[in-house]
Amino acid sequence: MRALCWRGVGDVAVENVPDPTILDGRDAILKITSTAICGSDLHLLDGFIPALKPGDILGHEFMGEVVETGKDVTNLKKGDRVAVPFNIACGGCWHCRRTEFSLCETSNPNHRALAEAFGYPTAALFGYTHLYGGIAGGQAEYVRVPFADVGAMHVPDGLPDEQVLFLTDIFPTGWMAAENAAIEPGDVVAVWGCGPVGQFTIVSAFLLGAGRVIAIDRIPERLAMAQGRGAEVINYEENDDLVETLKELTGGRGPDACIDAVGAEAHGTGPGGVYDKVKAMAGMETDRPTALRQVIQACRPGGRVSIPGVYGGAVDKFPIGPAFGKALTFRMGQTHTHRYMRPLLERVQKGEVDPSFVITHRLPLERAPEAYKTFRDKQDGCIKVVLKPGA
Amino acid sequence: MAWVSTGKNGMRRVQKTVTIAQPAERLYAFWRNFEQLPHFMDHLEAVRVEGGKRSHWVAKAPAGKRVEWDAEITEERAGERIAWRSLPGADVANAGEVEFRAAPGDRGTEVKVVIEYDPPAGRAGAVVAKLFGEEPGVQLDEDLWRFKQLMESGRIPGTDGQPHGKR
Repeated sequence: MRALCWRGVGDVAVENVPDPTILDGRDAILKITSTAICGSDLHLLDGFIPALKPGDILGHEFMGEVVETGKDVTNLKKGDRVAVPFNIACGGCWHCRRTEFSLCETSNPNHRALAEAFGYPTAALFGYTHLYGGIAGGQAEYVRVPFADVGAMHVPDGLPDEQVLFLTDIFPTGWMAAENAAIEPGDVVAVWGCGPVGQFTIVSAFLLGAGRVIAIDRIPERLAMAQGRGAEVINYEENDDLVETLKELTGGRGPDACIDAVGAEAHGTGPGGVYDKVKAMAGMETDRPTALRQVIQACRPGGRVSIPGVYGGAVDKFPIGPAFGKALTFRMGQTHTHRYMRPLLERVQKGEVDPSFVITHRLPLERAPEAYKTFRDKQDGCIKVVLKPGA
Repeated sequence: MAWVSTGKNGMRRVQKTVTIAQPAERLYAFWRNFEQLPHFMDHLEAVRVEGGKRSHWVAKAPAGKRVEWDAEITEERAGERIAWRSLPGADVANAGEVEFRAAPGDRGTEVKVVIEYDPPAGRAGAVVAKLFGEEPGVQLDEDLWRFKQLMESGRIPGTDGQPHGKR
């Protein structure tokens, strides 16, 4: 089959690779009908996250048709149309039973790598380095789904792929980000980052009762898309004092909740940003927390900070003083995708949300390498790319 | 990874605890049948239970060789504790014990394993290093995590045989 493989920093290519096979009784094999490139895939392209080998297949947002099931899978059959969460969860460990699926303790074959990095292992992910299990990803024609009996969600006919695909990651991620902000009715919520996760965070914040959402970015088409979702927008490159602006916009109070949908590769400008870049290059700091520092400075006393991330390592100059002094609540983590897929599918079916709004580019899988670059460089108005295998 | 120390008698001691979301009785029963230990203990090739309290252990050694020894159970309390030790004549004297204790709330069972072995010098020392892991703490940690995966999800996940592009 054809599959998108990592070749080195800044280099991905579509190659011929063997088709996946059933390796375990709880596996299923899918023929992929649609697959997307995620902002977090750019961390892999850029080599921000180590533990990749040339030839690793990437991709963790995919859906398709079941073509084969392992002997222990009883809730799926050949021909079923399904969407699969980007994390792999067994359903039986303590965390899975608490619906904390991104913390599954048994799905990661390389538990020690993550245990050494974080102290404890967490769930395996599709196509997201050997830290997360080295599981072959879904930017390909076929994929093996471990623990398919737990992960795969049936998709009804009548909904096109484009309205369902983002239930695999970015819609649940935006939803959990908004949920983690503990929004009270009428709250003002500020969202840093108008990429796809930021867009779904804005949508979710309103559905969860926010009175106003203020969205921050620098890319005009992303700000325009956020406005289309009902957000007020700030272009931080045209703004001298973001924290003061947010204060003025909120009657001097500050936003009630602040959400960092930017993560580790923040394109920080100004002296703080330069510091972070230099330290990251010197290997002394790994993540660039420009957005996170602003989030903390801007949040009102007693407010909530929600971090959908992604972060991987350590940051310098973390304003723990202001965070402590203002008694902020922090909630963060990888999305517990399985928890949200079905409730959000219902909202899509009812017409409350059409997730396809976020798509700007549709390309055949063969053009994935070029699509990665377009997405990374934010060219051509690129916000979200959907790839079609075999097209 | 695990606690590693050397006792006054020169025996190397390795300890690791893991919490498994399963009842103690099930975990005890699985472990008590020593023939199942190679399912999750990578360095073991086979264990043969020989009736009563005796067993014969076969471990992988470097260069495709094997190391074998006889062992006996010295203590067992159903659902709580098993202790065993190698019999005189073993290449490398070793002893092990596993304890099963209820974890708080609904977390399942805490499984604590202590392995002691006599690390000889010289050539045999190199064999032992491989047997019990270059870093013995790592070996036990990985074995116990695989036991957890096996008991909680019914399998030890792996990726051998999955596709990839040119390495």
